[in-house]
Amino acid sequence: MSAPQLDEIDRIIINGLQGGFPICERPYAAAAERLGIEESELLRRLERMLEKRQLSRFGPMYHAERLGGGLSLCAMRVPEADFDQVAEQVNAFPEVAHNYARDHEFSMWFVLGTETPERIEEVCREIERLTGYRVYNMPKKQEFFVGLRFEV
Amino acid sequence: MSADALKVKDVGAGLDELDRRIVLATQAGLPLVAEPYRQVAEELGTSAGEVMQRMRRMLESGVIRRIGAVPNHYSLGFRGNGMTVWDVPDEKVTEYGRRIGALDFVSHAYHRPRHLPEWRYNLFAMVHGSDREEVKHKVDAIAKLLGEDNRAHEVLFSTRILKKTGLRIG
Repeated sequence: MSAPQLDEIDRIIINGLQGGFPICERPYAAAAERLGIEESELLRRLERMLEKRQLSRFGPMYHAERLGGGLSLCAMRVPEADFDQVAEQVNAFPEVAHNYARDHEFSMWFVLGTETPERIEEVCREIERLTGYRVYNMPKKQEFFVGLRFEV
Repeated sequence: MSADALKVKDVGAGLDELDRRIVLATQAGLPLVAEPYRQVAEELGTSAGEVMQRMRRMLESGVIRRIGAVPNHYSLGFRGNGMTVWDVPDEKVTEYGRRIGALDFVSHAYHRPRHLPEWRYNLFAMVHGSDREEVKHKVDAIAKLLGEDNRAHEVLFSTRILKKTGLRIG
């Protein structure tokens, strides 16, 4: 699909630079050369795309579990009447990184990131005690991560 | 996560204090300057060579998944982002996860535990499209790929972002 407000060079950057950014003294120069543009052009466009939030980040993506922490996706079945209050209670936990409302009986979905793997279950139990609703912990058992060829 | 708590803790993967500080200094992004690793090194009071060597090691060991641009699907016009969930036979979940994860409209796929009887789905795939209709067509394509091993599926669209602070590691 074609994304609005992106020109051909922006697309080349997004499609060509979702991984493989080099670790060397002048990495932007090296990456720019590979993409067929100037270093200054690459820096200018990255800055603009970050400002416009077309990119959410530029840099290393760390693997939370390999840094020693815990990570999980959790879901709750919260009726509409209690939804906002429960959202507030859940969001107050610093371990809750993202929280989304979804159009389903399982209406609340959040990601927990914790200092230790054991802490995931503890936070789930704390949220249950506080809200009175069950937390369905759905840690990944396997990851089929590609996401590198996200084409714009 | 508090930085203090991690100081006394082995952060795993053989990372030491300087590695941890490099993670903290770069997790929000690399500086947009000609020599970004040098700038990070100067902030941390070390050399560019040291930072580069440690980041190479973290990349090799998988602590860093990759280095590059993280596109914002929503602002790039992908307004339909559906979390698709599938009930497939457990013995085939790895095979299907790989095949579905390789589709160009799927950003990532995961095998997750069922919670029977309320939650029967064991395979999750994030599907991106310009709108919900397009996502639904793509869901049909996945259903076709799975054939009769697709015992049930649903698409959960997000209706509201309730919190988005992002993961803060370290």
